[in-house]
Parts: sequence; structure tokens; C-alpha cells
Amino acid sequence: MEEIKSASSTLWKSYFKDTPKSLKLIDGYMVYVLLTGIIQFIYVCIAGTFPNNAFLAGFISTVASFVLAANLRIQTNPKNASQFPTTSPERAFADFLACNVVVHFAVANFLG
Amino acid sequence: MSAASSSTIARVLKPTILILIAVVAISSRLFSIIRFESVIHEFDPWFNYRTTQHLVKNGFYDFWNWFDEKSWYPLGRVVGGTVYPGIMVTSALIHNVLHFFNFPVDIRNVCVFLAPMFSGLTAFSAYLLTKELKDSSAGLLAAAFLGVAPGYISRSVAGSYDNEGIAIFLLVFTFYLWIKAVKTGSAFFGLWTALFYFYMVSAWGGYVFITNLVPLHAFTLLLMGRYSNRLYVSYSTFYAVGTLLSMQVPFVGFQPTRTSEHMAGLGVFGLLQLYAFAELVRGYVSPKQFRTLLKGGIAAVSAVAVVGLTLLSLSGVIAPFTGRFYSLYDTGYAKIHIPIIASVSEHQPTAWTAFFFDLQMLIFLFPAGVYLCFKELKDEHVFIILYSVFASYFAGVMVRLMLTLTPVVCVSAAIAYSTLLDTYLEKSEHVLAANLKGTQSPNVISDTPAEAAGSKAAGNSMKKAAAKTSTKTPAKTAEPEINKSQSKTKRFPIFNWDSRAMVVMLLTWFLFMFAWHCTYVTSGSYSSPSIVLASRQQDGSQVIIDDFREAYYWLRKNTKEDAKVLAWWDYGYQMAGMANITTLVDNNTWNNTHIATVGKAMATSEEVSYQVLRQHDVDYVLILFGGVIGYSGDDINKFLWMVRIAEGVYPNDVKETNFFTPRGEYKVDHDATPTMKNSLMYKMSYYRFAELYGGNAVDHVRNARMPSEGPTLSVLEEAYTTENWLVRIYKVKDLDILGRNLKDATAFDKGKVRKVSALKRK
Repeated sequence: MEEIKSASSTLWKSYFKDTPKSLKLIDGYMVYVLLTGIIQFIYVCIAGTFPNNAFLAGFISTVASFVLAANLRIQTNPKNASQFPTTSPERAFADFLACNVVVHFAVANFLG
Repeated sequence: MSAASSSTIARVLKPTILILIAVVAISSRLFSIIRFESVIHEFDPWFNYRTTQHLVKNGFYDFWNWFDEKSWYPLGRVVGGTVYPGIMVTSALIHNVLHFFNFPVDIRNVCVFLAPMFSGLTAFSAYLLTKELKDSSAGLLAAAFLGVAPGYISRSVAGSYDNEGIAIFLLVFTFYLWIKAVKTGSAFFGLWTALFYFYMVSAWGGYVFITNLVPLHAFTLLLMGRYSNRLYVSYSTFYAVGTLLSMQVPFVGFQPTRTSEHMAGLGVFGLLQLYAFAELVRGYVSPKQFRTLLKGGIAAVSAVAVVGLTLLSLSGVIAPFTGRFYSLYDTGYAKIHIPIIASVSEHQPTAWTAFFFDLQMLIFLFPAGVYLCFKELKDEHVFIILYSVFASYFAGVMVRLMLTLTPVVCVSAAIAYSTLLDTYLEKSEHVLAANLKGTQSPNVISDTPAEAAGSKAAGNSMKKAAAKTSTKTPAKTAEPEINKSQSKTKRFPIFNWDSRAMVVMLLTWFLFMFAWHCTYVTSGSYSSPSIVLASRQQDGSQVIIDDFREAYYWLRKNTKEDAKVLAWWDYGYQMAGMANITTLVDNNTWNNTHIATVGKAMATSEEVSYQVLRQHDVDYVLILFGGVIGYSGDDINKFLWMVRIAEGVYPNDVKETNFFTPRGEYKVDHDATPTMKNSLMYKMSYYRFAELYGGNAVDHVRNARMPSEGPTLSVLEEAYTTENWLVRIYKVKDLDILGRNLKDATAFDKGKVRKVSALKRK
């Protein structure tokens, strides 16, 4: 337990030290999306899933937003630049937007 | 020749070749049009055609909310929510675009030519897919193979307007996009994979294959220790967007969150998230701290997973596999539990000869291609290996899944074939020189990794030859050894022009054979529309047997608009499409009880079945009878399936054993059992059959001499029999005016009033 505590504190510190600002911004967005997802989940546990399509639309919207933001984070991380030789940060952002447009078009359709 | 050293000529040649391949693919599917006419084939296509007509005529919203009261009488069918609308929307779109540009093409022709057109696109996507795996020359070969392979043609000839016609294109193209996404790690390609996956979901139930294969690929890469950020980006984009999109198809609905078929994707998705998070953490802490964090994390996650899964399965949220799916794993399952699935011939296990029949030489090259994939074993090759393993299994279980196997066979056969050509055509001088050098100093040759795969293989075999010579002459001095091995290489080189010419000529010969076989199979086996039959007379002239359309046309013109016609479910879609009447059961087979009721009406005696017919407001009964011209797919041959299905629901009224003679035979002549002779089906089939031959009737399908006294009918009267007696239509009599039962009334009529039969006699 002690070890986990110390390891977590190292993680915390080095995260704030080593992460570029733009990535922290994305992380903030991801935490926010994650929280919305958790809130929806708790609500569903209490109130039930009816109407199922609306719940799924909302929940999948958060999951997809989270994942797409994670994509953006991975692709714009300078450490990973060598793995994505063809993807510039601008291109990654354009992909992010394109995916979000498609996802939220489907979500709006699915909300019913 | 090589794509790597492509010149301007190659740049012109490639598109030209691809266009020619598309032309060949399309034209080899037109046999049926040339022989017969532009007509929709078989059974399911008639439903697709009918719904497409509805869509074009009434628009998309009406189609979406269409409640079809003309099928499954009296239940009806919600068409919009129970179809894969992909193919109808596609052809309606093509139709509308053409009309926008003032090309007045009939919707029927769009439907007839849809599958051939898409086969051209399929060939193109095979080119793209194989190009990602090897090079563009292999791609061209794959395109050519897939363009003419009978395994794919069987479901995509002109007029075969079925889901598979466009679904195979979508399958191959989705796989191409997926491989591209994994290779580049681009969310953009992931998005396109998801979009084409959506198109595939809307087009064919076989989308489940993609739903499982792509996660399996991702999972295998994880197990192989090949996790990369590219994999994360491509898979999570594909899964998140694709699953959401797939739920927009009403027929699929919430299934992706419920059924077990879709759970693999979700599991891999979760696993990848955890893995990616762990990778992220690893970047920030020391390895030792990471290990402690990992242990804690794994403990927490598995605790949550166990609790969650237990809760879900206890509350029954996760549904078990469906029956059709079980029959994929256990081939005996369907036969025991679901006769309706087992009765469909395309759900039967594949005979091994079918593999050769449908794929010819490709089936031999297929393992070689898979082996070459193992040799390369990049991420995309892992995918092809998995695809080939699973598709082979499924193709062995169910005949119609040959269709999903064919693309991967073509792709890997093309890889094998083009590797052979590379080896024996290319870099001749270079390889020979390298080998000669190699014999002088055998250790050097293994260290030339820059060589292409072909020359490498060649180098290896040469090295073996060299090794042999050196073991044979160990005691001699160095100089004569070199001379000797050099002379040996000159005597037994696989790269001399003659051996090369032999291999290349042989391969070309195989190609000729392949093309010949494909054309032969397509023309002979897969181009029959099955609603128009053709046979040859002794003098070689062709006879067209058009009884089906004759009967349907008669129904269309001579019955009330809301007439209900009872027939076995095989003909439901055709009757609705061609005769425009109300049917009780059709090829949708969603309601087993209803089908069993129809089976009961056919299999029981007149009195019992008359009640069934009256209860369902049946006006006409339609059957197929092949006894006159020897058409073996008629209702008497299908009769045992009707009996079996009916017995499943009405075990008291119908018993299969009663239809077999004491010796266990299924007979229609003198030896037929009383139950058989009294069944409505038997009576309808052989009613007045003996008269046709003046008492010496022979059933040409079952080679049986019929009794000279044929069966009598009292609850039905013959309404129409077609030219070759292939289709017989009976009208259900109304209740007797005087309140007698119909049997007595008929007997009375026969005895006293000699009614002149108004029936058409042939």
C-alpha cells in the first residue's frame, strides 16, 4: 500500500512536470468527459435505462468523445511523433473534428 | 514488370488492366441475360426487388414505416424494421441519380445489373487490399482472380439481386480500410472503416464476421506483444464510431449491446483502453514503481469485472447466442433443434469437392499464400492469416459461407502466384550472378537481406545445392571444388532460361485452365435464373420452360385483389413479387408456427386441412409438381420437410413415420402409405395425373408407376395447371349451400349430375 502511495505521488509529480500544456488541456477535457459518463451511468443505475436508445446515445457519445480525444492526445504527443510520420498535429485535429461530426450526427439521430 | 520499378508504361497499364478486369468480371456474369432475359432470379431477390420498387415509388419514409399486410397473412410483416435495407437503398439511389440526369432506366434493370457492377468494384478493392500486403502486381492478380472466381460469381450473376451482391464488396473494402488504418494509425481511415462497416451492417447479416474478425485481429496483436499507438487509434475509432452507427439500422437495433456475438468487440475495446492507460503511466514512473501500480490496477479492474459480469448475467442482460449461430459451431445442432434452418440447402455443410469446383487452382495456392504471410508477418499479414483460418472453418460448415472465404483465397493465392512469378521472371541476371558468387563463398550469401523475397528464396535453394556439392567433395582442394560447383550450377541451375520458361509456361497454362474452368462453371451451374428453366431436346434445340411465370401471371390476372394463396414458404417471395397476391408464409421464415400450420394443411387429410384452410381465409392453394417433365425440386420431394416442421408444432396431427412404408421407404406409387395417399399434398400432386397418360402414368422424378385410379378431391377444385404441369393451382371450395359436408356433396355431384369439367386439359 505504501509503495502504491509513493508511486502514485511520483506519477502525479512527474505528470505535471513533463506534460506539454496542450496535452494537459486535452487531459482536462477527457476527465470532464469521463465524469459525464460516470454521472450518466449512476443515473441509469438509479432510474433505469428507459428509453434505452437515449441512454445509449448519451453514453456512447461520452465514450466516443473520450476515445477520440485520446486519439488526438496520442497523435499530438511529441513523444509519439516517430510513430505517426504522416500525421501532423493539424491533421490529427482535423481527423478529430471529422470523427466527432459523424459521431454526433449519429447520436442526434439515435436520441429519438 | 515489377511495380517497384514502375515506369510511365506501368502507370498507364495498371488502370487499363483494372478496367479490363472489371469488364471481364461484369461480362462473365451476363450469361443468364443473354440466354434468357433481364429477369430477377430465384427467391430472395424477388423480395428485395419488390421492396425496392416500393422504395422508388413511395419514397424513403414510407419504406421505413411500411407495414406489409400482403405477407404472413393474417399477421403481416413490419418490413422497415426487419430488412437489411442496404441493397434497396443503393439501387434506389442509383435509379434516382440516373433519372436526375435524364437516363430513363427501369428500376428492374438497375436491380438486375447491380451485382455485376459491384463485382467490378470488388475486384478493385481486392487490388487495394493485396497491394497493402505485397505489391501492386499481386494486387492485379488478386483482382483478376476475384473477378472471375466461381465462389463469388455464384451469388452475383446478373439478376441475382441479393444482399451478398454488394456485401462482398463491402467486406473486402472494409478490410482494406481496416488494414490501412492499422498501418498508418490514422483516425481518418478508422472513421472510414466504421462508415463502411455501417454500410455493411445495413446490407447483410454477415457483418458479424467483421464484428468479430477485427477485434480478434487487435487482440492477437496484443497477445503477440505488438501493441502500438497506431492500433489504439485505429481500433478505438473503428469500434466507438462503428458500433454507434450499426445501431442506427433498425433491424440490428440494440443487439450490439446485448448479444454475445458482439461482445468480443467490446471486450477488446476495454482491454485496449486499459493497456493504453498503462502505457501512459509507464512513461511517467520508474519501472519498479510501474510494476506495483500495475499489480494494484489489475487487482482493482478484475474485481470490478467479476462483479459486473456476475450482475449482468444474473439479471439476464446478456442474451445467449442465436440458433443460426449455434449451427455454425455444432453442425448437428440445426438438424436436431431447428428443422427450418436445416431444410435450407445453402445451410448444409460443404462437400469437399465444392472447394475445388468454386475455386479451382486457387485452393492449391491458398496455403502457399498463407505460408508467405507467415514469412512476412507484419500486422496486416496477421490479419490475413486469421481471416483465412476462420473463413475456411465457416466455409466448411455452411455452403453459403464459401462466399466469405473466396476473397481471402484470391488474395493469398495472388500473393503466392506473384511470388512465384517474381522468382522466375525477375532479376534473372542479378540472382544468377549472386548465386555464382555464393557458391564460391557459401557463407556470404545468407547475409544479403536487401534482396527481394523472391531472390532470397532462390538464394536459399542455390545455397543448398552448393552445400550438397561441398559435402560430396570434402577431401579435395579448394580450387577444383570451386570449379566443380560452378560447373554443377551451370548444369543444374533453376535459373537457366529453360527451367524458367518451363515454370512460367506451366503457370500460364494453369491460368488458362483457371479461366476456362471459371467460365465453364459460371455458364453451366450459376447462370440459371431458376424461374425460367431450359432443357434441350434430342435434336439439340432448346426448350424454354416458363411455367412459373405462366402460373403467377394467371394468379395476377384471374384472382381477386386480396386473394390469399397458400403455398410452401419457398415460393412466398416469388408469389408476392410476381403475382401480387397475399401469401401466408414466405422466405423470411420468422414465424415457425405459421410455417408449421401450412405444413399441417399439406400433410393432413382433406377434412383436417379444410379446417385449417378455412381458418386462414385461404382462397387458393399452389403447389409445384415435377412428375411430368422430371423437375426434381418439386413439392413431393420437399414434402418430408413440411412433415417434419409440422410435426415439431403439431405432433398429434402429423407423424413423420406414417409417411414411410413398413420397409422404411418414401413411396408415391401403389406402395404409398394410407397417410401419404390421403394427404392433401399427394392428392393435389397426382389429381388427374393418371388421366394424362390414359391410366399408365409414370412419375418421371421418382420413377414410379402410378396407380391407374388417381386420387379424388372434394374440398378443392382444380383452378389452373400450367403447360408442363409444373405449377398446379387449386381453388378452395366454399361451404356447401345445402349444409352437407363437401365429401358427400362431391360424391353426389359425381353420381347424379355429370358435371362437364371446365378445366383446361393438356
